[in-house]
Amino acid sequence: MITRFLWQGMGPSLRAAVLFVLAIGIVLPLLNQLLPAGSALYVPAWVLQLIGKYLCFASLALAVDLVWGFCGILTLGHAAFFALGGYCMGMYLMRQIGSRGQYGNPLLPDFMVFLNYKGLPWFWHGFDQFWFAAIMIVVVPSVLALALGWFAFRSRVTGVYLSIITQAMTFALMLAFFRNDMGLGGNNGMTDFKDILGFSVQSDATRATLCFASALALAIFLVIAAAVVGSRFGKALTAVRDAESRMRFLGYRVEGYKLFVFVLSAAMAGIAGALYVPQVGIINPSEFSPGNSIEAVLWVAVGGRGTLVGPIIGAFAVNFGKTYLTGALPEVWLFALGALFIAVTLFLPRGIVGLWSQFRSRGTARKVKVPA
Amino acid sequence: MFFLRLLAGVSSALAAVVIAATACAADLSTLVANLTTGGFGDRETAIGALAASGEARAAPILEALGAGQLYLRKADNVVVIGKPDGNQLALTEAVSGKPAGTGSEAELDRVRVNNRLRGVIEAAVGSLTLMSTDPRVRREAADSLFKRPDPAALAALDAAIAAEKDARIKVAFQEARAAVVLVSDAPKQQKLEALEVVRDRGNRDALSVLQAAINSAADPEVKAAANAAAASVRQSLAGWEAAQNVWYGISLGSVLLLAAIGLAITFGTMGVINMAHGEMVMLGAYTTFVVQDIIRTSFPHLFDASLLIALPLAFVVAGLVGIAIERGIIRFLYGRPLDTLLATWGLSLVLQQAVRSIFGPSNREVGAPSFMSGAFQVGQITVTYGRLWIVVFSLLVFVTLILVLRKTPLGLYMRAVTQNRPMASAMGIRTPRVDALTFGLGSGIAGLAGVALSQIDNVSPNLGQGYIIDSFMVVVFGGVGNLFGTLVGATALGIVNKFLEPYAGAVLGKILVLVFIILFIQRRPRGLFALKGRSVE
Repeated sequence: MITRFLWQGMGPSLRAAVLFVLAIGIVLPLLNQLLPAGSALYVPAWVLQLIGKYLCFASLALAVDLVWGFCGILTLGHAAFFALGGYCMGMYLMRQIGSRGQYGNPLLPDFMVFLNYKGLPWFWHGFDQFWFAAIMIVVVPSVLALALGWFAFRSRVTGVYLSIITQAMTFALMLAFFRNDMGLGGNNGMTDFKDILGFSVQSDATRATLCFASALALAIFLVIAAAVVGSRFGKALTAVRDAESRMRFLGYRVEGYKLFVFVLSAAMAGIAGALYVPQVGIINPSEFSPGNSIEAVLWVAVGGRGTLVGPIIGAFAVNFGKTYLTGALPEVWLFALGALFIAVTLFLPRGIVGLWSQFRSRGTARKVKVPA
Repeated sequence: MFFLRLLAGVSSALAAVVIAATACAADLSTLVANLTTGGFGDRETAIGALAASGEARAAPILEALGAGQLYLRKADNVVVIGKPDGNQLALTEAVSGKPAGTGSEAELDRVRVNNRLRGVIEAAVGSLTLMSTDPRVRREAADSLFKRPDPAALAALDAAIAAEKDARIKVAFQEARAAVVLVSDAPKQQKLEALEVVRDRGNRDALSVLQAAINSAADPEVKAAANAAAASVRQSLAGWEAAQNVWYGISLGSVLLLAAIGLAITFGTMGVINMAHGEMVMLGAYTTFVVQDIIRTSFPHLFDASLLIALPLAFVVAGLVGIAIERGIIRFLYGRPLDTLLATWGLSLVLQQAVRSIFGPSNREVGAPSFMSGAFQVGQITVTYGRLWIVVFSLLVFVTLILVLRKTPLGLYMRAVTQNRPMASAMGIRTPRVDALTFGLGSGIAGLAGVALSQIDNVSPNLGQGYIIDSFMVVVFGGVGNLFGTLVGATALGIVNKFLEPYAGAVLGKILVLVFIILFIQRRPRGLFALKGRSVE
């Protein structure tokens, strides 16, 4: 019943997007699993891995869009939540290696043996259980977002100041995770994963399942985001974006709105990160680098901020371009990325999704309203 | 006629010098030859005579003699020093120090010494360096004696102190003597006096000498005095360490100031977040590199002036790029600060990649001119000239900028636009032109910062990235639109950083500072020195 209610609340393009994402997540893995390797329609495992990665990025983009496009909070640190979720998953995967590591220590992961750890640090306990890791994947990014947001929104830090603070946060976390004595693998991070829930992370079946899980997560996020944005709460949220002071004068508690959506978005990013790590097989501190967060913002900008379909299109388009260009013309990639930033902000303020309405409104005198 | 006379004079003076030099060499060669003749008794006199001659070659010859490496070549009776080289000996002429081929033990006669002579030689070598004509050698001898005091050197030290003319070296000798007295079996009174001398030296070496004295002292009174002296040295060392941290902090603060001050102008005046600001710094550094490269290949004698030449060029290059950015991108994005942020970030990627394509991804070498290399001591603090000049330079830039803002028409316009853009525009100020010039000025200053940073940081395409977040922190901490706030913010952050480093480590210190600023902005969202009035919103 709830599903039907949610389904009816969504517009046609959104329904199409959810169905399309689910279709990708079901059809591609099935083609990989059911068809023989020689078949024309056979999907090799690396494609699944790539698509799974893009789906995780799309989830991250959706999370960024939720706070930026609908609430006007330009976060330059969302990759930090993504990476924290990834680290939680990484810790679970490290514990699953058990005594199969290089040093064969049944309790300690390799890097701890290497760094002469005597016992497991306190925060590693519990991560051998999947349910615990799964809770932490949501809790850790949420708590960080709650703490940062509570401080920042309460003292009315807005606009570029907030952007800089979020960037400083992810920068500080990056420096912290680079330290060997953090007990999280230092600059090498964590890698060499073996099993997830008892299945080998290398096997095609696991990859297919992970790709499906990523698609499912993205579809669920889309539905949740649509429910949030479409509700009365979402209307207030958009109003906060467009006229924060006026909302405050009208008696709304602006901080509460911002905080809720910020934490929700951080949790989404964390789950996306957790799904990302077993597919790429490594997590290291460079995931925290400020550039990653800004790139995620670019996906949203390219696709179209303030829409729910836009970030997904943007994430796929930019990352496809990245995969292609870094392979074919590595020198050109940064030029292309930089030019894309400039071109989108100058010429495509509403992104790919907004192209149509932008062209239509060209004839009329109506100016395109751009959420800052 | 006059010229001829002058020529004659010069040549005769030259001749005199040559004769004197040969006489000297002849003297040395007889002294060295005396070493090889007669019995052990004669040899001892010869050693004394050679040591007393004060010749520069005396020390290596005596050292070789002590090590059993002084030989008489049978073929031509030349005294040579032989160092093992494979199964042969690599020879050098003892008197001249010139290489003299190789030889085997069979062709050579070793100049023999016994244990007693070895002691004599050791003392002679020690006193030789103490009596050397080169003040630096004397100073080093005193310092090494202070670190490894040897009771046998006491007599040599006393002689050296009596002969010494340079007051500072004399003090060093006296300190060395005090250290020697402490390890010798001198009477209590002398030891107590020596403790005072060592205490007054007050550095780490003094502390280790005192520590040794505490461990070895038999007399309780000496032990107590040594303990007291060590405590006082420790205290003064702690004070100096704090002072050193303050200096490092000021030095770091000056770097932050240089990097942030241009940002303070663009951000403060125009409300524009320029993420490519760090790349302007990088452009300044690469301009310095190019200038030095051209000077190295074409005008090597101008090398010391390279930085002075690079300064205006870096200002112009970065300034022009800044104006181009403002005219080409930013002016279309006014009123959309978040979009400006994204566009300039994209621009920074393009600039980085452009520099990487042109100059390559590796670090480029930028040399230091002579006036920026070296260091001097203030008490126990080592101050390098490079850092000192950067501090001076950053203050100069700061003062100049204040003057530009206060005393020039452009500054007046800039302040007017900062305070109230519509009103300034209504009064006839061409705000777009002011915006472009302001952006150019801010970027140009970043270019200047790049020249300074090329001296202390790696000149690589990533140079700017390391400073952008720190610069924003400084500007936000100090208060946007307030240059004095930037100065205070930079210095405070620099010093706090350096004080945290010893306790928390460099990385953790940086994290703590970032966390501190995040919390600080909660308390005062507009920075230390917030602008008040209409321009705030």
